[in-house]
Amino acid sequence: MNHTRRNFLKFAGLTAAGLCVASAGGALAVSGAGSAIRDDEKVLKAKRWAMVIDTKKVGTKETIAVLAKACHAAHNVPDIPGKQNIKWLWAAGFEEAFDQPNNYMDEGLEKREFPLLCNHCTNAPCVRVCPTQATYKRADGIVAMDYHRCIGCRYCMAGCPFGARSFNFMEPRLHLDLAALNKEFPTRMRGVVEKCNFCVERLAHGKQPACVEASQGALVFGDLSDPASEVRKVLREHYTIRRKPALGTEPGVYYII
Amino acid sequence: MLEKALKGSPKYYIWIGFLLLLILGGSGVYMLQLMQGLTITGMSRDVSWGFYIAQFTYLVGVAASGVMIVLPYYFHHYKKFKDLVIFGEFMAIGAVVMCLGFIVVDIGQPQRMLNVLLFPTPNSILFWDMVVLNGYLILNVLVGWTCLECDRQHLPHPKWTKVLAYTSIIWAFSIHTVTAFLYQGLPGRHYWLTAILAARFLASAFCSGPAILLLVIMLTQKVTTFKANVEGIATLAKIITYAMVVNVFFFLLEVFTAFYSGIPGHMHSIVYLFKGVDGHAELVPFMWTAVALGLGSLCLLIPPRLRDNIKLLPWSLAILVIATWIDKGLGLLIGGFNPTPFETIAPYWPTGKELIVSLMIYSLGALVVTILFKIATEVKKETGASQKEAVPAEN
Repeated sequence: MNHTRRNFLKFAGLTAAGLCVASAGGALAVSGAGSAIRDDEKVLKAKRWAMVIDTKKVGTKETIAVLAKACHAAHNVPDIPGKQNIKWLWAAGFEEAFDQPNNYMDEGLEKREFPLLCNHCTNAPCVRVCPTQATYKRADGIVAMDYHRCIGCRYCMAGCPFGARSFNFMEPRLHLDLAALNKEFPTRMRGVVEKCNFCVERLAHGKQPACVEASQGALVFGDLSDPASEVRKVLREHYTIRRKPALGTEPGVYYII
Repeated sequence: MLEKALKGSPKYYIWIGFLLLLILGGSGVYMLQLMQGLTITGMSRDVSWGFYIAQFTYLVGVAASGVMIVLPYYFHHYKKFKDLVIFGEFMAIGAVVMCLGFIVVDIGQPQRMLNVLLFPTPNSILFWDMVVLNGYLILNVLVGWTCLECDRQHLPHPKWTKVLAYTSIIWAFSIHTVTAFLYQGLPGRHYWLTAILAARFLASAFCSGPAILLLVIMLTQKVTTFKANVEGIATLAKIITYAMVVNVFFFLLEVFTAFYSGIPGHMHSIVYLFKGVDGHAELVPFMWTAVALGLGSLCLLIPPRLRDNIKLLPWSLAILVIATWIDKGLGLLIGGFNPTPFETIAPYWPTGKELIVSLMIYSLGALVVTILFKIATEVKKETGASQKEAVPAEN
């Protein structure tokens, strides 16, 4: 009796060990395949993606609405009324955007609207706080999200000093025009956080971000680490500011004032 | 020992049934939340944590508070706490169970909860909070249960329980420090971004937690044959008083730093909470109630003559609990999210459904505490330890 039980336990142990090895091997194989970025000529690559926004060109609610519409259509962002809304790109006034009220500003600037979106910070607090690495930093500087890993704890929303993140409080598909979905990009499920992703899916197909494409030259997107890039050229030629620089997050979105 | 929880007076059964009913009713609303999402709460894009996480934060303090009994007993051999130690440990178990419950109901995809373990992320404070909370739960279950079992069999406590008890004392400080770190390391949330937040958390925990514990122990004395050491209770009341004084002092440090420096970011949240901003004054009456009750509790607790008045003490403790609950269970979260990153005010108020789900968790905690306290008092009755002189026939 004792003998057979021991044999049985041995067999069970070996089987369990075998299963562990097999599944670990499978996991490794999957992660290996997942980390490979498509490597054809069309893919747009950079060491540090960044965006420069010329607020003299897109400085009204109407012009920014065009950008937001392009972005939200490309990413199937639902239009939810009320304070549980979802937005990847939107318009805000100077004080809301830059946190530094300035008395007696010139009237043009006082009335100007500024497009706000995720800053894809170098030292992103959202990446730091995420307990599952569902929000992570890519090698090219983009702060990306895995909607299938996110547990919806919303720690990243408390961590983001720019209010760039939205939570799917309800089923987002109920607020989407299902006939007009962009089939190239997934819809999200209820209970996860989402935000601007600098259009990683479009960069992978050699396309500029949707808002940049819709901006008629007011938004410039490029590699911050390349001195010859378009963004660096624009940054050399204009005075720009970033949101809340004192917090040290190093935003990747610059505003020409 | 669990069988001791099965035999009780009709009143005991009615109370258990009542709690089960609340849990059942609450889980109905929780099902609704599972099906519809957190949209049933009052939370929003700007106030993305609400009542659930606030209760979690408050209860971590309650869990940590048992240490105010365990520490003097183990470190200073203060024997008058001997009969209270088990209640401190069992209260901690109930509180941690509620903490975990409030986390579970707050997350958007609870079925993915184990991702925190599958993809351990040491740079996330939430990961560490998960580690310390579960660790604290295990420590208290092991130490509390084993010691009680030994008491019942008139055996000395095994040596390892002492090692674990010492560990749990240090651990208790860690659970509330780590919970404060959840908040105080976030750039751009000025109300939380302060080095003294962890110290404030501990101070408020060490007054409110033992206050709740003492209230529950007084209730236990009413409904069972258990009788706590009078001097022990007086000492605990003294500890509560000191902790509340420190708690108020720490808050005043915040007020000084904010208003003497005059830096808007430091002042905004406090102004919103106590005076209102842009016509939004939702929390003002609550915060001033907290001030009045907090100071009132000090007036009733500092003079020894009033503090030692056993008829008055429950009232002093109750208003202290209300004051600290408003501060931590309402003001901390809502004041932290307001003003928003856009310098605007986003009012938040929990919905009825949110409150019912919270009631479900609180009932669950009460059930755990009831059962554990029942077992502890039955064992004490059996061994004849800390009993009222004339044992009534009921129960």
